[in-house]
Amino acid sequence: MQQLLFAVFTMIGGVLACVLYFFGTNWLLDRLFPSKGRMGAEASRNLRITNAIRPWLFMAPALLALGIYLVYPVFESFRLSFHDRTGRTFVGLSNYAWMLRDGEFRQSIFNNFLWLLVVPALSTFFGLVIAALTDRIWWGNIAKTLIFMPMAISFVGAAVIWKFVYDYRAAGNEQIGLLNALVVWLGGTPEAWMTIPFWNNFFLMVILIWIQTGFAMVILSAALRGIPEETIEAAVIDGANGFQIFFKIMVPQIWGTIAVVWTTITILVLKVFDIVLAMTNGQWQTQVLANLMFDWMFRGGGDFGRGATIAVVIMVLVIPIMIWNIRNATKEMEGR
Amino acid sequence: MIASSRSPLTFLVHLSVLLLVALWTLPTAGLLISSLRDKDQLAVSGWWTALSTSSQNLAGRAASPEEQVEKDGRFVLSGNLLDGANAKVSAFGFRPMQPAAFEAGATADIGDGQTLTVNEDGSYEIVSPTRMEGTRGQRIFYTAAVPPRFTLDNYREVLSAEGIGASFINSLTVAIPATIIPILVAAFCAYALAWMPFPGRAILIAVVVGLLVVPLQMSLIPLLKLYNGVGAFFGVPAKTYVGIWLAHMGFGLPLAVYLLRNYMAGLPREIMESARVDGASDFDIFVKIILPLSFPALASFAIFQFLWTWNDLLVAMVFLGTGNDELVLTGRLVNLLGSRGGNWEILTASAFITIVVPLIVFFSLQRYLVRGLLAGSVKGG
Repeated sequence: MQQLLFAVFTMIGGVLACVLYFFGTNWLLDRLFPSKGRMGAEASRNLRITNAIRPWLFMAPALLALGIYLVYPVFESFRLSFHDRTGRTFVGLSNYAWMLRDGEFRQSIFNNFLWLLVVPALSTFFGLVIAALTDRIWWGNIAKTLIFMPMAISFVGAAVIWKFVYDYRAAGNEQIGLLNALVVWLGGTPEAWMTIPFWNNFFLMVILIWIQTGFAMVILSAALRGIPEETIEAAVIDGANGFQIFFKIMVPQIWGTIAVVWTTITILVLKVFDIVLAMTNGQWQTQVLANLMFDWMFRGGGDFGRGATIAVVIMVLVIPIMIWNIRNATKEMEGR
Repeated sequence: MIASSRSPLTFLVHLSVLLLVALWTLPTAGLLISSLRDKDQLAVSGWWTALSTSSQNLAGRAASPEEQVEKDGRFVLSGNLLDGANAKVSAFGFRPMQPAAFEAGATADIGDGQTLTVNEDGSYEIVSPTRMEGTRGQRIFYTAAVPPRFTLDNYREVLSAEGIGASFINSLTVAIPATIIPILVAAFCAYALAWMPFPGRAILIAVVVGLLVVPLQMSLIPLLKLYNGVGAFFGVPAKTYVGIWLAHMGFGLPLAVYLLRNYMAGLPREIMESARVDGASDFDIFVKIILPLSFPALASFAIFQFLWTWNDLLVAMVFLGTGNDELVLTGRLVNLLGSRGGNWEILTASAFITIVVPLIVFFSLQRYLVRGLLAGSVKGG
């Protein structure tokens, strides 16, 4: 309780500090370069100065935080990747050389590519299908809410939920995991799904797909509604059936949105960490880059050089999407 | 939209959506139902059988021979195994290897001329021709059909004994300030980027868009080093709440600035121009006009940030200690997965406590969440 009070006070303190900063600097600026009540040249000179300074006053706290927490670390991580475990001795490319030889890293990269192939594709596919289907039934909104719900659940919470689904009891005992119970009911033998190399990756992916489909569905549903009615009416008049309309008229019109959903989930997949940590912690050949990186951060007292090297690999994989995003955003702003 | 007239496909559509919804909700439903079940039942039967009677193998001990009474020259020891519980015994036995050797109501010979009878209602009787000796009662194994039992015991246990209650407070402590503090910082920055002309604005916006996707992993090691350095320099612990609040603020800012800038840029220019003609400064315009008008966007971001800080595991693991007064819910849940891996009554109840707050936020404020999602993803094409 005491710490909650402490939290609330800090929150109020933090907000007050922000208010004070913004009011204070603004007041000071108006004091130093007053333009109201001044005449001619001086007034316009002061106005010009305040107009040049004020945006930076407005942005200073945010830029400072962004600088410390995101910009500086990117360069620092890059620098650290050329240093040893303590971050002090320069070791050139040996971290990268180690990485390429390391079996666990190769396993992680392989698994990550599997994730990249499967999760964005299936999430987007299910999202699109569900968006299209729910638009046509009266209880569509309820269905959407229920499918969207896992978005609010933490990866760890989702991991527990699915670990329960995958729970395994030796054959002959009553299964309390949904999947094994289903398998037994269908006449199969129960399996410890998490320990089957290669295929266990897919059982982990199911969790992320389960979470992300709601996201894809919400965005694609909005995009589908934005399709001009006339194009669909014209297709109906021309005698197109439901499937033709969906795949030949509707989907092509929302390619842009599909790409956005796809890339957003792709980035999330590259950072997937909690699920693997909670379900297997990389055992049984399920390691992924983000978990491997976390592992090296603390393994044996922490190897910052190798950890940073793996982080750089994740960053490099993200960069193409980053550039694509920036180009899109710039294009959009020019259009305005 | 397409099928304005009732096509034969309509039925199929209903059916497939129903199937998908079931697929998406059943895992969570299983968790919730399991967390409310009696832990002995949870361990032996699937949650989908929660409403039916389950059969359990149990073990009990007869009363101590000191309580025997002499009746018609024989010595009798009687009592009830179920002790008033609402259940039905179907079979029993007296050897651990044969726990169900006899049907309820049958009489078993347990040696030395003694006999044991267990009835359906759990009452038992041991009859011996000679005085029974010793102080420990006879072990009795039995199979009982136990009717469904729902209980809040699991919640009671995890909240106190497993430290989930303390972690709940810790999570709140992390999430509340980490949600509120960035809002004002981001809003001022977003206004400058949306409506104040200055050289380099386009580049800054591009930088923010770029930072949106920078993986958190890039930040961890440098910041850990930085925090350790700051901690050592000032002689304070490196892992504190202040540290994680600031970290969450830093990581949340790109989305906040991006969301708010897009929203503010879409506000009508006329409002600002007429205010400016009336002599209002940028500061006045922002505080009195833009901030109130931006409420929907602010709410969207606040929900995102709250869900993200509440559900976060990585940042908390790196920047916050693991003591009882610092470990957040997600971290505690991961620990429990390791230490109590098989105790589903503990895991399910803990997991449900972890996800209940986000779910409440989700169901009550879904509107803002959807709006935020739609504005937050960079539009393509």
